[in-house]
Amino acid sequence: MNHVTAVSRTVRPRLVVIGNGMAGMRTVEEVLSRAPEKYDITVFGAEPRVNYNRIMLSPLLSGEKSFDEIVINTPDWYRDNRIHLYSGDPVVKIDRARKVVISRSGTETGYDQLLLATGSDPIIIPVPGHKLTGVVTFRDVDDVDTMLGAAAKGGSAVVIGGGLLGLEAAVGLQSRGMDVSVLHLAGHVMERQLDPSAGYLLAQELERRGISVITEADTAEIVGTEHVTGVRLKDGRMIAADLVVMAVGIRPNGRLAAEAGLTVERGIVVDDVMTTSDPAIFAVGECVQHRGQCYGLVAPLFEMAKSLADHMAEIETSGYGGSVTSTKLKVTGVDVFSAGDFSGGGETEEIVFRDAGRGVYKRIVLEDGRIKGAVLYGDTSDGSWYFQLMKDRTDVTDLRDTLAFGQAFAGGAAGNPLDAVAALPDDAEICGCNGICKGTIVTAITEKGLTTLDEVKGHTKASASCGSCAGLVENLLAATLGGDYQAATVKPICTCTDHDHDSVRRLIIAKNLKSMPAVMQELEWKTADGCHVCRPALNYYLLAAWPDEYVDHGASRFINERVHANIQKDGTYSVVPRMWGGLTNPRELRAIADVADKFAIPTVKVTGGQRIDLLGVKKEDLPAVWADLNAAGMVSGHAYGKSLRTVKSCVGQEWCRFGTQMSMSMAVELEKMTWGSWMPHKFKMAVSGCPRNCAEATIKDFGVVATDGGWDLHVGGNGGIHVRATDLLCKVTTDDEVKEYCGAFIQLYREEARYLERTAPWIERVGLKHVQERVVDDADNRKALFDRFMRSQKNAQKDPWAERASENVDAHEFKGLPMIAAE
Amino acid sequence: MTDLSWIDVGPVADIPRQGARTLQTRTDRIAIFRTLDDQVFALLDRCPHKQGPLAQGIVHGHFVTCPLHNMVFSLETGAAQGPDDGCAGKVECRVIDGIVHIGLTDLQAGLRHAG
Repeated sequence: MNHVTAVSRTVRPRLVVIGNGMAGMRTVEEVLSRAPEKYDITVFGAEPRVNYNRIMLSPLLSGEKSFDEIVINTPDWYRDNRIHLYSGDPVVKIDRARKVVISRSGTETGYDQLLLATGSDPIIIPVPGHKLTGVVTFRDVDDVDTMLGAAAKGGSAVVIGGGLLGLEAAVGLQSRGMDVSVLHLAGHVMERQLDPSAGYLLAQELERRGISVITEADTAEIVGTEHVTGVRLKDGRMIAADLVVMAVGIRPNGRLAAEAGLTVERGIVVDDVMTTSDPAIFAVGECVQHRGQCYGLVAPLFEMAKSLADHMAEIETSGYGGSVTSTKLKVTGVDVFSAGDFSGGGETEEIVFRDAGRGVYKRIVLEDGRIKGAVLYGDTSDGSWYFQLMKDRTDVTDLRDTLAFGQAFAGGAAGNPLDAVAALPDDAEICGCNGICKGTIVTAITEKGLTTLDEVKGHTKASASCGSCAGLVENLLAATLGGDYQAATVKPICTCTDHDHDSVRRLIIAKNLKSMPAVMQELEWKTADGCHVCRPALNYYLLAAWPDEYVDHGASRFINERVHANIQKDGTYSVVPRMWGGLTNPRELRAIADVADKFAIPTVKVTGGQRIDLLGVKKEDLPAVWADLNAAGMVSGHAYGKSLRTVKSCVGQEWCRFGTQMSMSMAVELEKMTWGSWMPHKFKMAVSGCPRNCAEATIKDFGVVATDGGWDLHVGGNGGIHVRATDLLCKVTTDDEVKEYCGAFIQLYREEARYLERTAPWIERVGLKHVQERVVDDADNRKALFDRFMRSQKNAQKDPWAERASENVDAHEFKGLPMIAAE
Repeated sequence: MTDLSWIDVGPVADIPRQGARTLQTRTDRIAIFRTLDDQVFALLDRCPHKQGPLAQGIVHGHFVTCPLHNMVFSLETGAAQGPDDGCAGKVECRVIDGIVHIGLTDLQAGLRHAG
């Protein structure tokens, strides 16, 4: 049980909310936006966590999102809005006479107004065996955790129910490596949202992905002694299963309300301002029954929240008039949309469009010249347009001939997405989940000076739920701001893919992808073998994810990392041997001088990182140069790599009269620990022996500055185009701590930063606090990061020069082809 | 162009897949590429922009990215891709029985090889 406390005044009316889910919290947000000071708010939630976006459970299961990304309101939000949150402590009783609610832990809380947002319960078919372990529903994060636990062991899963939720669960489990069968009672999947043709196309696509779909499957029994082993159908068929997911539907949760004596039929009965049979008690969301309807989609919940918030803030409202709903399946690569009544027959007429080559099917049902329903498969880009025409009851008689081709053909709006969005009327709905219209977004962009997708999300909620309208919102930003619009940071890696860096990294791990062809195949790369942008990134991500298994792909590395030297503008190379901590000796210097003479190396320069650079070496001479340097005990300095470059040092307590710690030996130890590690970008370190900081540690990726009692650890500095001084990560006392924090910080950077992102922009993006929470505050996590770093170092610390100088690795790189014979 | 002299530079397998090797002629260095689908192409080993050594670039599809400034050239035609102008010199190349043959001009041909 967690309790987020907040300071509050008690003179305000007390609003108690039962349910910390999407409907309840959206109502609170709407109330706060209308009347921020009006209520003293307390929230009870059954789940032991903050409020998250339940419709994103599918991407959470498939690994496309992490839990942090689906959190709607963080603990800070509750605190900032002075909301008391009791999470993990559900209300078990409402005492209407005394106007108090009683939680499971026995807490009594008085209310002036009570909001029920108790949601719905998944339906469990009471067949024999439904209580066996391994039988789960798909309703909350705990269910997802159970499913992921099962998927980690592999084996087979049976999903009972081929509706929206069941199919999303099936695809998620399949992408996690399970062998999945879907059992569906009706004749085709998603029969409430799709007609048989679209259902067929969808089932075919699922089969193509390796999911077996069994329709007209009536479950007789779930088999197993303690743990589930299979499912038996009424026709006698037996399907093996290590996991059974019940996704056959939901039932409004009106239990508390019924026990308290409120009117409850299928759901808690409410009027148009969401008031129950007790005027002090409201209800919103999936738990309610409004005008005989219960809803299980997010858009109606949000419409209810708005109507109720108007009412509670005493703003004139026409109330909630019920919702017309549309549905989209959230499965990557499968586009399905449906809205309204598409059963056809009677006075209706139909427009059907099929394109088997592209796998597109569209069916639009018209009645009296107006759209009554639509089903789209394969190309859903016009879904919101049809939906708008349907909700507005627009007469489409004049559009009829080209209606199936979508908005681009409907005169005015052109095929260009920017023109199309510019041509939309202000009341056109952009975000279906949150009911946000174009006008609202454009006004927010212009009045509040918004320039990014995230800002629009923050101010308007558009694309903050399922995210499928993010592209539309970006187009709106571009159309509104014109040339001022900078595309959002989440962009595909390159034109070879639609995935951005972060989702590729997550999917490499989630889908257990261990080679470049596997990544390109599974993530549907659009080119045969990528390009110079994505291949080096993928090579790094694979290396970072599977340090023990992945075989480095030289052809996917930039030339410098392929031949372990820096290409210069004339095609020659520069060679920088490693000098630990910036220290050298006469023997090394003599060897360097001899090499420079022997190979007529034209330029010898001291670098900014305290090394010696030999410039102008011919490529074919590289192995021989390295052999001579190796013979004097020197190894590659990795001055060419997205890797640990140098650890600079000052002379420190070893020599300096001001020195407080041994900075040279610390620099050497850090460099010996970290050399050879591949990173998202180059990584520089420095160690200064006193706060005068002669080694300039405060513009390094990781800087160590000695103090009287220990060491200050600095991170995220950069001396490039944009000079950035480091942030102080923390202070430590022992040398071992310096090393552990250093390794842990590097590993966090290796695991989280995007390829070619230095630590400075990475920290600016994620925030210093994010890094401190993982490296400083959480000792176990620090240790785990450090251990992972050291494990990957085991395979990384081989001198690439020696491999090429004496072991013949990549010999073809350094020799031209011979002319064998002329014809 | 006058008749080419065809010379044999060894088996396709000597060129790394998604990689390249070079051939030094009297006048030019030639870059010989092998793509993922095992096709072999040849270009003069200098980009039209800053004489970048194309053989050192990343090979993807039937393209190579110059290591100096990331211009992308078609291996089939030598033409620069995208917004860039320019064309890398195309060299005739054919594979017979797994052996790569390069067609040299009179100027390039007939002289000793180098690295």
